[in-house]
Amino acid sequence: MGNQPRLVIDGLRASVEGKEILQGVSLDVKGGEVHAIMGPNGTGKSTLASAIMGHPKYEITGGSVTLDGEDVLSMAVDERARAGLFLAMQYPSEITGVTNADFLRSAINARRGEGNELSLIRFIRLMEAKMKTLEMDPAFAHRYLNEGFSGGEKKRNEILQMMLLEPKLVILDEIDSGLDIDAMRIVAAGVNELRSEERGFLIITHYQRLLTYIKPDVVHVMMRGAIVKSGGPELVERLESEGYDWVKEELGIEDETVGKEPEVKMPMNTIAPRH
Amino acid sequence: MSTQTILPADRDSVIELSRSRQEPEWMTGLRADGLDLAGKLELPKLDKVRIDRWNLNFLGVHQATREVTDPRDLPEAATRLLDTDALPNNLLIHYNSGVAYSRLSPDLASRGVIFCSMEQALKDHGELVRNYFMNIIKKEENLLTALHAGLWSGGAFLYIPRNVVIEEPVQAIFYIDDSQARFAPHVLIVAEANSAVTYVDTYGSGELTNHLVKNAITEVFVHPGARVNFASTLNLDKSITDLSYRRGHVENDGQINWVIGEMNYGDSMSDTTSLLMGSGSSSDAKVICVGSGEQKLSLTTRAVHFGKATDSDMITRAVMRDQSTAIINGITKIEKGATGANGQQTEKVLMLSPRARGDANPILLIDEDDVKAGHAASVGQVNADQLYYLMSRGISREQAMKLIIYGFLAPVVSEIPISRIQEQLQDLVERKLGHERRANS
Ligand SMILES: Nc1ncnc2c1ncn2[C@@H]1O[C@H](COP(=O)(O)OP(=O)(O)O)[C@@H](O)[C@H]1O
Ligand SMILES: [Mg+2]
Repeated sequence: MGNQPRLVIDGLRASVEGKEILQGVSLDVKGGEVHAIMGPNGTGKSTLASAIMGHPKYEITGGSVTLDGEDVLSMAVDERARAGLFLAMQYPSEITGVTNADFLRSAINARRGEGNELSLIRFIRLMEAKMKTLEMDPAFAHRYLNEGFSGGEKKRNEILQMMLLEPKLVILDEIDSGLDIDAMRIVAAGVNELRSEERGFLIITHYQRLLTYIKPDVVHVMMRGAIVKSGGPELVERLESEGYDWVKEELGIEDETVGKEPEVKMPMNTIAPRH
Repeated sequence: MSTQTILPADRDSVIELSRSRQEPEWMTGLRADGLDLAGKLELPKLDKVRIDRWNLNFLGVHQATREVTDPRDLPEAATRLLDTDALPNNLLIHYNSGVAYSRLSPDLASRGVIFCSMEQALKDHGELVRNYFMNIIKKEENLLTALHAGLWSGGAFLYIPRNVVIEEPVQAIFYIDDSQARFAPHVLIVAEANSAVTYVDTYGSGELTNHLVKNAITEVFVHPGARVNFASTLNLDKSITDLSYRRGHVENDGQINWVIGEMNYGDSMSDTTSLLMGSGSSSDAKVICVGSGEQKLSLTTRAVHFGKATDSDMITRAVMRDQSTAIINGITKIEKGATGANGQQTEKVLMLSPRARGDANPILLIDEDDVKAGHAASVGQVNADQLYYLMSRGISREQAMKLIIYGFLAPVVSEIPISRIQEQLQDLVERKLGHERRANS
């Protein structure tokens, strides 16, 4: 029990570019649990992930986030990571001139802390072993970070980082997008291998297939920047077969998205200018 | 520039020195003409840079150079880049106003390769040198080229005969620690048909007690089918104003590749030009610089396409700190008749300080229809998403900034062909960025 982490999100509100996106999100994820957040595009899922990780564009306007009781929101991004948070991003950055291996080594050593760095040899052994598990071409170690990687290669590289950094609380944002079935199996195996009492997962996806490989304990549906429904794994099956319309109907939601610019409607009686 | 500091008293001493060193008559004449022209010509007109306001007052006085038979007899600082117990086979060391040491592998010498001081070349290969010396860069161009013709001293002559391919890089070191010394080396490289060479030089200095101008010219003549890889790193003290012209003349199917690391601390003007004369000739130029302090930099890369189906590519990347200023010009000129030419260029400036300034000026001058030309230029700060991404893996802000900045320069640093010099350039970058040196692990 002592090592079981716990992420508590309470009434989290966040805005981007002056638009309020998160409308009070609350979640409680403990070590050993896998929570899935599902929802159509544009409902605020990535915003939630970014707000937890501390992306500078997202302004927190209310609520709290704690990891093992510590206030996450007052930490800098790198402190959050060193505290044990990990976010596999929907759109990882490409960085020219920084090799994947140099980056991974810097990240591991940052997590391990000064005086406890991994020797180059041991690092290479570790990296190569994990790359093998993920069936990644060893050449990716020497390529510039994410530069010229296909969508699927970027996703594998995110999972590689997760495996090397061994975080306490993992958020996977659309890790399944851009993956074919084989790749998804490999990625899911990587995630399942890390499942333990010492680690919690928050898996964001807008479709169901990944969740047949990674069985969630709790499933949440996000719409309009809030969790509108929570349930067990059976919720995945219902969404799979029936889509999201029944949820919207049940809750009286017409447009599930959030933060959209008001639509500009053309007046009906406009006459096109003559030339 | 106060040319009166040279004229007329210096004119006589320059000519006297030329005679006393038994330079050929044509060289003495060239010097005299150069100095005469210097009295009439203007400084070059640089885009957005008032070079006439730079400190260009002191050109130094020629100092005789004591030659050594062992580089270990030179100051340690001058040979820091060498493993003096395992010297490169092809090495030349220019110290203050002249060449103090040079060597060439017996094998290359027996194949007709020449690598020696410019003075020695005038003695032993006068007519050969005469065909090229200041024929690519002309004394008539401006005050600086005229002055150089008059005052040059030291530098290297590298000649590669037809079909000779040199595998091991040829290395030259230029070092100055005498505040009074004239520093105006001339480097001439001639690659005959189908030959190939990689030449790498490094410029370094001690801390000088007064302000001094470096006025250097490098000329490279690439005959048909030859290839010259040229790399240069510059790390001169704040007290030195660096004025450097480099120019390659490339014949049919010839190729020139430039890699330049501008890590000076003083004001610097550099102009690196490829003249693609022959059809099928090509050039590639990669330049990096870090501006710091109150440095003013004018960096120009230029490709001029005369031949058909010629190819050029130019990349300049600059990181600007403090109150430094850089004007970065990329000039692609495609002449009428250069059909099938393809000229590309990219200038990128990374601003690290709100008080720094960096201008990227891509210029395409195209007088032919059937060509391709492209440019990309950007001036920006460290990308916030990249910084966030690295930090989200636990890397500190400071370390993440370093990774991004070094990464920005890495594609050029990695092109330096001698690993010791590549490491040195990396160290120079770190020092210029104000980061502590890496532990030697
Ligand atoms: N970086 C951003 N810049 C501007 N608007 C954003 C940004 N990120 C999110 N938004 C806004 O938030 C809404 C929800 O986006 P997002 O959180 O990415 O949804 P999801 O991940 O569920 O598809 C978007 O429709 C958009 O209006
Ligand atoms: Mg998203």
